[in-house]
Amino acid sequence: MLSKSQARAFFLGGTIITFVIFLGLSWNSLSNEVPKQTHVENLTAQVVQGKHIWESNNCMGCHTILGEGAYYAPELTKVYERRGEGYIKTVLTSKTPWSPRGRKMVAYGFSEQEANDMIAFLKWIGETDLNGFPPKPNLKK
Amino acid sequence: MRYKSQKVAYWFFGLCMLLLSLQLVYGFIMAFAHMGFDNLHAIIPFNTARAVHTNLLVVWLLSGFMGAAYYIIPEEAENELVSVKLAYVQLISLALVGVIAIIGYHFNYWEGRKFLEIPRPLDWLVVINVLTFLGLILVTLFKGKKQTTTSLVLTMGLVFAALLYLPGMIWFDNQTMDSFFRWWVVHLWVEGVWELIMGGILAYLLIKITGVDREVIEKWLYVIVGLTFISGILGTGHHYYYIGVGKIWLIIGGIFSALEPLAFLAMALFAISMYRKGEKKHPNKIALSWTLGTAITSFVGAGLLGLAHTLPQVNMYTHGTLVTAMHGHLAFWGAYGMIVFAIISYTLPNLTGRKLYDSFTGLLAFWLSTIGMLGMTVAFGVAGVTQVYLERKVGLEFGDVQTELQVHFFILICCATMFSTGIGLYIYDFIKYGRPNDEALIEQSL
Ligand code: HEM
Ligand code: HEM
Ligand SMILES: [Fe+2]
Repeated sequence: MLSKSQARAFFLGGTIITFVIFLGLSWNSLSNEVPKQTHVENLTAQVVQGKHIWESNNCMGCHTILGEGAYYAPELTKVYERRGEGYIKTVLTSKTPWSPRGRKMVAYGFSEQEANDMIAFLKWIGETDLNGFPPKPNLKK
Repeated sequence: MRYKSQKVAYWFFGLCMLLLSLQLVYGFIMAFAHMGFDNLHAIIPFNTARAVHTNLLVVWLLSGFMGAAYYIIPEEAENELVSVKLAYVQLISLALVGVIAIIGYHFNYWEGRKFLEIPRPLDWLVVINVLTFLGLILVTLFKGKKQTTTSLVLTMGLVFAALLYLPGMIWFDNQTMDSFFRWWVVHLWVEGVWELIMGGILAYLLIKITGVDREVIEKWLYVIVGLTFISGILGTGHHYYYIGVGKIWLIIGGIFSALEPLAFLAMALFAISMYRKGEKKHPNKIALSWTLGTAITSFVGAGLLGLAHTLPQVNMYTHGTLVTAMHGHLAFWGAYGMIVFAIISYTLPNLTGRKLYDSFTGLLAFWLSTIGMLGMTVAFGVAGVTQVYLERKVGLEFGDVQTELQVHFFILICCATMFSTGIGLYIYDFIKYGRPNDEALIEQSL
């Protein structure tokens, strides 16, 4: 039967081995894959500014991006492609809550500049290679 | 209770009850919003309600873990807590940081990073707070007479949890990098080091309640936490499928995260078999219910419902939908909510000297909250699967699908009411116990 010290060795050994592999894989992802898949060459100061606005207003508290966030409002990774610049700008600069079908968005009333920064961010993230996410609806007639 | 300083645990548990009640209020606000009644939008928009709901959850669970440690470590190490005063300072500062953060969320003061919304200046206060806590626990443990496996595993979980908070404090310009390291906190917490905390508390409870030999229980504890890390660390990959990193994670994350339920299965089998093996029949039936309850419900909520969407082929469709919320609720409740309730139920009679071991309200609280939460899980699940099908398979607009889902949120609210009634009864019992006192001190603790 398994003894206590063998059980401890299983715990410590298993942890160390998997952790080292995890660090190696993470290193590889961050140094080789992320720059390519996220097109870091397009990560301009304006995109970073857009991300800042995204965070400081907790947009992720209603929407998802990269599939992460809340489930109250639409997934926005591909919104630039789906809606285009004009639509997004209207939503962001609106002084009254945007509320298609009754569900309300906070009326941020962003300036032209802020809206452009956000659009740059959404455009950049829309070009990320996400291994096929979001899926194409395959039952659509 | 054998050491006077263990009394401090009571106040951490009290904070748990308070914050949990508030958390539920914000849960209802969101559920009503989903149902089409977003009447509080102007004061508490959905993102505020959500940040408050999830952050209160994390803070009350941490408060529960800390209370558990303040109770368990002195007893296991056979040593009074080195400074009770500092422990109270730590409690108050924890409550303050929590309250400041939550108020801030109502005034757009936050960082929109799911679960880590606490702004970075406040993060530093969290760090100081946790360092104080760890200092107290570590000094008490290592100055004490004994360092048992149970106390070491519990402490290791707490120390790693603190360390893993740090990657979440780094700034990144790239959303993918941000997300990558956010998971080092969120995933490696709930599917890694928090399981050590849970395992440590569970082992302690089983030793006390079943009377099975410590050596046997602690041997299996090592096996369980071994399974946790072996599957959980590389299992982080199940969050890396679709965020802008390579396809290798589809394979690594898929295989290892599919093994994660084993740790929870082991935990359930462990609790049940120790219970059956034990000769001692501890009179505290309520604590026993929560102890077995947490072991079984965590396997269902985290293990089975996690497995349900962890393979990349499935996750492609369910990623970021209400299916995730379904799993999130039963997993958090079953594994971490219930283990905190178990330790509270076990310690309250010992802290206060009142032996309400078998109260009807106590058992009712257990069943109402457990069944209520299972009902909520079903409601989220049905809504989630419908959403996945209509939105991701058929290709309907997000908003049109959400309108179809409103009825499920009515069911969710019914079940949440049942759940909250259970919690209300639990808190009623908690208050009825009264305050901890030194008359409850005994030589040989039960
Ligand atoms: C007690 C342990 C667990 C807790 C508290 C928990 C909780 C959560 C939460 C809150 C989320 C949402 C995270 C976010 O989007 O930011 C999540 C996601 C997820 N969990 Fe768990 N979980 C646990 C265990 C597991 C296990 C054991 C598995 C696998 C077998 C699993 C599989 C998943 C998957 C695949 C996702 C991603 C869902 C998505 O793509 O949207 N979880 N979990
Ligand atoms: C009165 C009871 C409750 C109600 C009505 C409720 C409702 C909700 C709603 C509507 C959401 C938001 C989903 C979205 O983004 O659209 C949510 C999120 C969440 N709640 Fe609750 N909740 C309740 C209790 C709890 C409890 C007791 C726990 C934990 C033990 C919990 C843990 C969570 C978590 C982890 C999330 C985030 C899930 C995710 O991002 O996937 N909730 N809750
Ligand atoms: Fe995970």
